Amino acid sequence: MASDAEHTRERVPVLAVGRSPRRRLLWTGLLWEPGTVLGLFLVASLLLAGLLAPWLPLDDPAMISLPDRLLPPSSEHLLGTDHLGRDSFSRIVHGARMTLVAAAATLALSMTIALAVGILSGYNGGWTDTALMGVVDLLLAFPSLILALAVAGALGPGLFNVLLAAGAVWWVGHARIIRGITLGARQTEYVIAARAVGAGNMRIIFRHIAPNILGPIVVIASLDVGWIILGIAGLNFLGLGAQPPTPEWGAMLNDARQHLQTAPRLLLLPGAAIFLAVLGFNLLGDGLRDLLDPRTRRPGN
Amino acid sequence: MMAYLVRRLATLPLLLLGISAVSFGLLNLAPGDPAEMVLRQRNPGQLPSAAEVEALRRELGLDASLPAQYARWVSGTLAGDLGQSYGTEQPVAAQLARRTVPTALLTAGALALALLVAVPAGILSAQRRGSLLDIAARLVALVGAAVPSYALAYGLIILFAVKLSWLPAVGYGSPAQVVLPAVALSLAPMAQLMRLIRASMLETLGQDYVRTARAKGLAEQTVSFRHALRNALLPAVAATGVNLGYLLSGAVIVETIFSWPGLGQLIVEAALTRDYPVVQGFVAYIAVVVLLVNLVADLALRIADPRLRFGHQGM
Repeated sequence: MASDAEHTRERVPVLAVGRSPRRRLLWTGLLWEPGTVLGLFLVASLLLAGLLAPWLPLDDPAMISLPDRLLPPSSEHLLGTDHLGRDSFSRIVHGARMTLVAAAATLALSMTIALAVGILSGYNGGWTDTALMGVVDLLLAFPSLILALAVAGALGPGLFNVLLAAGAVWWVGHARIIRGITLGARQTEYVIAARAVGAGNMRIIFRHIAPNILGPIVVIASLDVGWIILGIAGLNFLGLGAQPPTPEWGAMLNDARQHLQTAPRLLLLPGAAIFLAVLGFNLLGDGLRDLLDPRTRRPGN
Repeated sequence: MMAYLVRRLATLPLLLLGISAVSFGLLNLAPGDPAEMVLRQRNPGQLPSAAEVEALRRELGLDASLPAQYARWVSGTLAGDLGQSYGTEQPVAAQLARRTVPTALLTAGALALALLVAVPAGILSAQRRGSLLDIAARLVALVGAAVPSYALAYGLIILFAVKLSWLPAVGYGSPAQVVLPAVALSLAPMAQLMRLIRASMLETLGQDYVRTARAKGLAEQTVSFRHALRNALLPAVAATGVNLGYLLSGAVIVETIFSWPGLGQLIVEAALTRDYPVVQGFVAYIAVVVLLVNLVADLALRIADPRLRFGHQGM
């Protein structure tokens, strides 16, 4: 996993800035890094394609037309057609929609579990903490893709089961990070003060501890999306998830395997789509981390 | 050091028990009756009768209560018996053992390749920060982390096996056949190691003792390799477990593509046909391997870094 040791830690002078200069710093910072800009562009394209796919003037991604099979790219079919005569461009664009839905669902499920376990563990401490972190240590011994593969296999093939499996295994490392932050925040003076004036546990967690978690969570989540997309497309590629004719990139790759010799394009297109989507989120995540985590600064700037 | 080793070893049985519970529990997530599924697979197109299902349930020991099944699985596992595959009806332990060698070969080849590129590239790119070489290395790391291994694998097959016919596309046995799968598998850990080594090398090169070494008039290469490298490699050692996870996860996909007869291919087939004893045995096996490798890596780290031995979390 991407660790924060990737960038050199240089001591950055802590600026006593108010709200507005900091926000300006955020935006100029974002637009300064060419990598981040490229990431933003790729992610925005993915979002647009995914959101607008059903309303764009595209062929039906599932419409089979055997006379049109394996056509090369042309003005009518921008990226050609596949072995069943379906328009490849339309299937790639609709695949963006599947990818976004899958990534969002997995992220939501895994972050919910990670937040619940991490906050419970860090806030309560004691036996709760020991037991929950014991489970986390245990689960860390299982490589996540392999555990997800086993869970998805047990649940049976299907995109929903793959998402469930991925969400169920992805939270483990994050729970520990959130626990650490919660533990640190619980000992701060403002939390002790809040408790002294009689604030309840829920109020302390949501008003005083949650804001500390928000920044790291945004960074973790944005760096995570790339991994999630790779993992889910991998499970779909192995045939455990989305089944044909669903226009999902991993499943499309699997579907095109027997046309390796005659139409390598059918394998390279979904592969390139996955690559660009993952690259986009990784670049954006790196940029966000550099901005939101004042301890790291890009070497070379 | 001894106290640490004893403490770590003391928690091992507990972790192993947990691993067995997780691995066993996977089976019981499954909707439907495994016995019925086995019969459907053995006789495709036929609906198994209730009597047949009942007989097989008894044969597979699925009629016992869950705790009893778990106890039997654990005691069998301790005796080296992981049960029988539903599909091939062969002992799971023997299958895992047979499949370990090809996977070990493939992952060792990929790891060697990753280290061979990542260590020098990471060091050089830190030494000449901002140079063309540094930019190239960072670009490779960026791309390497985003390329799906399955797309890379097919790209390699299309280029080197189909178009150029330099290397065989699939199969197992000759040294030439290991090249493409090992390359496909090595890119992700290579990218990760390169980033890690570059970052820790940059950090180390800024330390006081490195400045002292420079001030003594030592050559830059001596400073880098004798003084900085040893510390800079520590995070890479610490990440061994994570990298092993990468390699094994990647092997699952790469072996399937290249018809490589290893553990990855076995687990994919087993997961697709819901061959639970194989999935259970495999998951437990991998977790134990990762656990032990992590333990060895942690010990190596403590031997190499005295700060850890004395309780300072220096890194």
